[in-house]
Amino acid sequence: MVESLAAEIAAEADQSHMILDLAQVRRLDTLGAWVLDRTRHELGSRDLGADFANASQEQQILLDEVAYRGFQEQAKPRRSKAVDFLVDVGQSVAGAGRDLVDGIAFLGELVSALIRVVVNPRRFRGTAVINQLEQIAYRGVPIIVLISFLVGCIVAQQGIFQLVRFGATPFVVDLIGILILRELALLLTSIMVAGRSGSAFTAEIGSMKMREEIDALRVMGLDPIEVLIVPRVLALVIGLPLLTFISSIAALSGGGVTAWLYGDVSPDVFLSRLRAAVSFNTFMVGMIKAPFMALVIGIIATLEGLAVQGSAESLGRHVTSSVVKSIFMVIVLDGLFAMFFAAIRY
Amino acid sequence: MLDRVHPPIDRNREVVIRVRGVEVGFGEKTILRGLDLDVYRGEILGFVGASGQGKSVLTRTILGLVPKRAGTIEVLGQNLDELSPSERRLLERRWGVLFQQGALFSALTVKQNVQVPMREYLHLSERLLDELAMLKIEMVGLKPDAADKLPSELSGGMIKRAALARALALDPDIVFLDEPTSGLDPIGAGEFDELIATLQRTLGLTVFMVTHDLDSLYTVCDRIAALGEGKILAEGPIETLLESDNPWIRSYFHGKRARAAMASGA
Repeated sequence: MVESLAAEIAAEADQSHMILDLAQVRRLDTLGAWVLDRTRHELGSRDLGADFANASQEQQILLDEVAYRGFQEQAKPRRSKAVDFLVDVGQSVAGAGRDLVDGIAFLGELVSALIRVVVNPRRFRGTAVINQLEQIAYRGVPIIVLISFLVGCIVAQQGIFQLVRFGATPFVVDLIGILILRELALLLTSIMVAGRSGSAFTAEIGSMKMREEIDALRVMGLDPIEVLIVPRVLALVIGLPLLTFISSIAALSGGGVTAWLYGDVSPDVFLSRLRAAVSFNTFMVGMIKAPFMALVIGIIATLEGLAVQGSAESLGRHVTSSVVKSIFMVIVLDGLFAMFFAAIRY
Repeated sequence: MLDRVHPPIDRNREVVIRVRGVEVGFGEKTILRGLDLDVYRGEILGFVGASGQGKSVLTRTILGLVPKRAGTIEVLGQNLDELSPSERRLLERRWGVLFQQGALFSALTVKQNVQVPMREYLHLSERLLDELAMLKIEMVGLKPDAADKLPSELSGGMIKRAALARALALDPDIVFLDEPTSGLDPIGAGEFDELIATLQRTLGLTVFMVTHDLDSLYTVCDRIAALGEGKILAEGPIETLLESDNPWIRSYFHGKRARAAMASGA
């Protein structure tokens, strides 16, 4: 509004000298003063002099303070989109490589802290481990039982729908038994734990970092890895296999119920087929993988937590990337295990 | 304001922190360039400097939180670089640190916070632990009912006091204070200064205080060191700094606010 009005005044100006009379102006703010002075300045540059008149004392102070001046634009480096894209790609690749190196270095630090604790058991924080176990494992049971049961139902139902065309409905028991024990229970549990506990670790450690609590521990001569991280990772390594076992049972129950309802596979038949279909090593394949998944989740979550900088935004970003990276790595690791177990025919 | 007799500076007094030629930098930026500093036993040293000059960096370097590129730091006669991890832990028991934001452990109550270092290093009965924690809490001027509160339930001034109680938990020889009065109102800040001076006298502490508060400098500090361009520009009692002709020190100690502090303090 003011700007267009001022532009109009400037455009209509044809006299050699103009007076901007402020006598009727009751209130003048920085915006108004700036536009007025800019108009005066522009008139001046067109060899049309302009002056203010009847400005009150306060208005004059304001006019002097905001006297028009050109602001130098901060030079922005000019780059093409293509170069930016290439730089982004390069940085991501380098970042991924760095993450891998950091992860391995941190694993070393963790192991050396563990050895210190084993050598000197007085430094073992049992209470903290139990507390973390409660948070990770015990409180995670309901949600893991629920999703596992449902996924068991869904897989069984879809299996029955496909197998019924071949008249092979009872084979659904083999399908769900092997699938759940080898892969599904572990994957579901790991992903759930990465989302529940991995994010919590990152947020806890990150906010402790932001509030200098980690530094406070250090200057007291306490090792943050021993105090904060060893108990959490240990609790994960113990808790994740336990949860995987519970998840397997829940998913098998879900599959059994569905097979009974949709496929007329009675519980008796279900159990006897299950015993024939799966062996102990089917079960072990899932369980062996669990501690490794726990370690991966724990390392990624703590590394992301320790990388948090001062801002709330940084905390959010690291929590997100902690969960995303953990789930990604869990799936990659599961793939590697699948190849490994296939190669050794286990 | 409190009357504080500045003890005469005796150059033969024991040096508890000796910093020699310390160089610290991040990436291509060098913050400290060959800095030398002595802190004597039983004094309150005020450490001033413009923002971003590296006051906190020096504190954090002495505490071992920031790696240095060159130089040596001796604390209580021990070179920090030559200590084994266990000797280092022994040394860390002898200093207490008050961080700028308090850095209380947010999951623990005030009492538990004060007990963290005690539990780690001393093997005491629960009863004695509780009594000692309450004693420290009272010493820093907190009411007993604050003991069972969480840090999030405390005001800014109470957080600083609680953090000071934690810093004093193991009866340290040296206390590092990072801007102890920042964020406190003038009355609260004055009381906190007084508290530090009283505790220093009763416990025989050596205090290393990073501060911007001119009142603190005038009322409680025995000696002041001014940091600029990565070095100590001047050090000594306040009179020495008042006479300095370094432009930054002049504008710092002869500004409008400084004159007001001088009028009320010294």
